[in-house]
Amino acid sequence: MRTDDLVGVLSTGITPVKSGTAARRFGVSLPVAAIGAALLMATVFGLRPDLSVVVRTAIFWEKLAFPLCLAIGALIATVRLARPGARVGAGWPVMAIPVVIVWTAAILIVVTAAPQDRLPAILGRTWRSCPFNIFLLAIPGFIAIFWTVKGLAPTRLRLAGAVSGLLASSIATVAYCFHCPEMSPAFWSIWYVAGMLLPTALGTLLGPKLLRW
Amino acid sequence: MYSAEQRLKALFVTGLAGNASEYRSFLCELTRHLRGYLRKRIPQLHDDVEDLIQEILLAVHNARHTYRPDEPLTAWVHAIARYKLMDFFRTRARRESMHEPLDEHDDIFAESEDEPADARRDIGKLLGHLPDKQRLSILHVKLQGLSVAEAARLTGLSESAVKVSIHRGLKALATLVRGIA
Repeated sequence: MRTDDLVGVLSTGITPVKSGTAARRFGVSLPVAAIGAALLMATVFGLRPDLSVVVRTAIFWEKLAFPLCLAIGALIATVRLARPGARVGAGWPVMAIPVVIVWTAAILIVVTAAPQDRLPAILGRTWRSCPFNIFLLAIPGFIAIFWTVKGLAPTRLRLAGAVSGLLASSIATVAYCFHCPEMSPAFWSIWYVAGMLLPTALGTLLGPKLLRW
Repeated sequence: MYSAEQRLKALFVTGLAGNASEYRSFLCELTRHLRGYLRKRIPQLHDDVEDLIQEILLAVHNARHTYRPDEPLTAWVHAIARYKLMDFFRTRARRESMHEPLDEHDDIFAESEDEPADARRDIGKLLGHLPDKQRLSILHVKLQGLSVAEAARLTGLSESAVKVSIHRGLKALATLVRGIA
């Protein structure tokens, strides 16, 4: 078929394109990510028994704000990178600031703690399982967000895969906060970040394969 | 350059609203720009230019819902063209071609070439590989120029099923094209 004929095929019988495709697709995948992570958290791990007590403390909300801010930054970045030719822009600072704040708090805590309290503050009681638990909760969102992004014609597949993985895992971490008993920023700064980086790394690896169009 | 952006954007945006003749003009002009752009980028692969143009046209068409009128069309088209060009390099695994200088997005409308060469693959034949529903919907609406309603009557599908089949068919076609390129 000659190129002119292809032009004819493509332009014949077109119908108006509906706007808001990106919003519609994210409108499916974000609820899947959030509800999927919440259900998995509730069934596999269970709500923490003292939840009604800790929700009245400031530190619980600070902990929740950490992955939530990261999720907002990752969402900005993912929405942009999902489409051809867009840049991350404002997504970078929104993703970086919460990490910087938590790391600053973590360093302050570790430095000011008595030497014998330092390691327990970092390791908590659940450091072995925490990153993998977050990874598990991120799976539904990971699949749904990759589906969304692929349909929006991304052109920088590795980066788009990375931020998609981060978006899924930061949403998963918000859900995990309702189970996780750890209340020290020193713990979050290592193990929450590790939990969020696992799906990010997986997204970086799989982006060029799964997002290709 | 500036005027190419404005003119092409005007045609494209009207095309998105459903104006077939403006959309056709857009694709024709885009084809000439792509030809100029690619012949300069891959002069040593002259025979592949027409195939790549067709692949990029399909990609632009299939991704047209992702364009937002508040951004420059140049950047959007360039990102797609460059993506398909890189994909082409990877598929060919021609390592020396990976070192093509990365150009500025302004270059995409900078040149224009009119004369087509022959495409090596035949998209018309590839259509034959699609499932009947998709193939017939594309055949009636896109090649014979029937309305969606007429195509629906001929195929026994609902009108929305015809539209969905065309949409999926062109996506499947883009995948077939990619696999063979």
